Amino acid sequence: MKQLSIFIENKRGTLLAVLDALKEAGIQIIASTISDTQDFGIYRIICDDPERAFIVLREQSISATLTDVFAIQLEDKPGEAARVLSLFAEADISIAYMYSFLLSGKGILVFRTSDTDRTRQVIKEKSLQEFCS
Amino acid sequence: MIWNPNKECMSRDEMSALQGKRLHKIVEYVYHNVPFYRNKLQEMDIRPDDIQTIEDIKKLPFTTKKDLRDNYPFGLQAAPQSEIIRVHASSGTTGNPTIVGYTRKDIGVWSECMARCLTAYGITRDDTFSVAYGYGLFTGGLGAHYGVEHLGASVIPAGTGNTEKHLKLIRDLGITGIACTPSYALYLAETMDKLGITKDQIKLRAGAFGAEPWTESMRKEIESRLGLKGYNLYGLSEIMGPCVSYECQEQNGSHICEDHFYPEIINPVTLENLPNGQSGELVFTTLTKEGMPLLRYRTRDLCSLMTGQCNCGRTSIRMGRIEGRSDDMLIIRGINVFPSQVESVVLSMPEFAPRYMLVVDRVNNLDTLQVQVELRQEFFTATFDTPAAIDELEKKLAAKLKSVLSISAKVQLKAPGTIERSQGKSAHIIDKRNL
Repeated sequence: MKQLSIFIENKRGTLLAVLDALKEAGIQIIASTISDTQDFGIYRIICDDPERAFIVLREQSISATLTDVFAIQLEDKPGEAARVLSLFAEADISIAYMYSFLLSGKGILVFRTSDTDRTRQVIKEKSLQEFCS
Repeated sequence: MIWNPNKECMSRDEMSALQGKRLHKIVEYVYHNVPFYRNKLQEMDIRPDDIQTIEDIKKLPFTTKKDLRDNYPFGLQAAPQSEIIRVHASSGTTGNPTIVGYTRKDIGVWSECMARCLTAYGITRDDTFSVAYGYGLFTGGLGAHYGVEHLGASVIPAGTGNTEKHLKLIRDLGITGIACTPSYALYLAETMDKLGITKDQIKLRAGAFGAEPWTESMRKEIESRLGLKGYNLYGLSEIMGPCVSYECQEQNGSHICEDHFYPEIINPVTLENLPNGQSGELVFTTLTKEGMPLLRYRTRDLCSLMTGQCNCGRTSIRMGRIEGRSDDMLIIRGINVFPSQVESVVLSMPEFAPRYMLVVDRVNNLDTLQVQVELRQEFFTATFDTPAAIDELEKKLAAKLKSVLSISAKVQLKAPGTIERSQGKSAHIIDKRNL
């Protein structure tokens, strides 16, 4: 699925400008997370219309990009994330980054890996259920 | 004390006569040995015999940093390579450093002038003197070093870095004199505080400070914290290195070794000579140099000249404090930095927008340089959606900057469109050092 990645300068008001732009466009954010360093952060968003959100942000001169990530649906119970990740570890696939959220009683695991093709293969072989927004 | 009263206290008439004689000789020398100058003089229809007195200097063409760059590396060298015994290099604006070759006689003149400086600071052969300028391509370290040896004092070639060990030596060896940048002197004071060394435990008496701009208030702070008297030491590698001018006990302007380096002050726009006392761009002609003699070299330093005998007894002309630059050169930790150098690096990386800002500051008495750039929107792609990938890009830029500038700069990425488009050269610089 498509994730929106946004470059955020570490300066007061920058994050708000992004959220305001999305609000104006009526975009619904489903999950988001910030990966930060001292000077800047990467704001990652799962939303209801990533393509349109991307265009809206670009129009506002905000650096954004669409990234292909995987979203796997899990049972909301202990050990589920570990079970899924072990499948990738066995296949020698590394996780670049990961975050999770709950939606309608289901756990959703969002992640990017070192090898997209093989990840897709593992998902198919192990019949993991992908989440679609 | 005066090292060479014959020259430093010469009557004005005698000095002018000597300068005129030497000027004629140097013009004749470059005319026959440097095609660049021969062509220039021929274009202006000037023959060496037209230059007889020092007043005739106004007929001569100027030399600029650009001329040095255009003739890189040895185009302006007058002496054959076999006569060159040392080569120094200073930073250039577009990657090419300025190369300066010295003959054995040049090194002798340099040492002589440096000994004059040290003597004016009250240093004698009984002193132990630490040189804490950088040793290497930079002229500071070796230039001061040879002067101390020529004078006959004991030289401690401390160099920069390893400040704690240096301070231990200053205390344990009873070092009485030091040459370094003024900011390094303050850094020494900080380190002393940290190590619990008080100024009563050290015997420093005189400091020769130069290679970067400094203020009266910095002088007062250095003097009170290190318990010494701080003197200005001026020089530039194109002309020689540290030794061109020096303060005496009066600390009222820096005496120029004008029997070797003839000073003029010009209006940097009209290039007309300005009367003594007026501020303008400082211009030097090397009167005795063999390796790379320069006619009317535009230093870009702004200051004024003072005449009249000094209370110390010297008759030589004095220059006031450097008031600024007629170009946009920055001096950071003693290293010359031009915004155009940063520009050439930024433009070489398509990931960044062609806009940048240099932020210079002084933190704990050490100069810091931050380069702000914008990551282009179109380069912010899926590849760059992790901080690690962007860090990598920052590191790549920082490494390129370091290799061009010779000092490290911190790269800061800004959001697109947040760095102001420059309207003039200085718009690229924020200097917070309050000099």
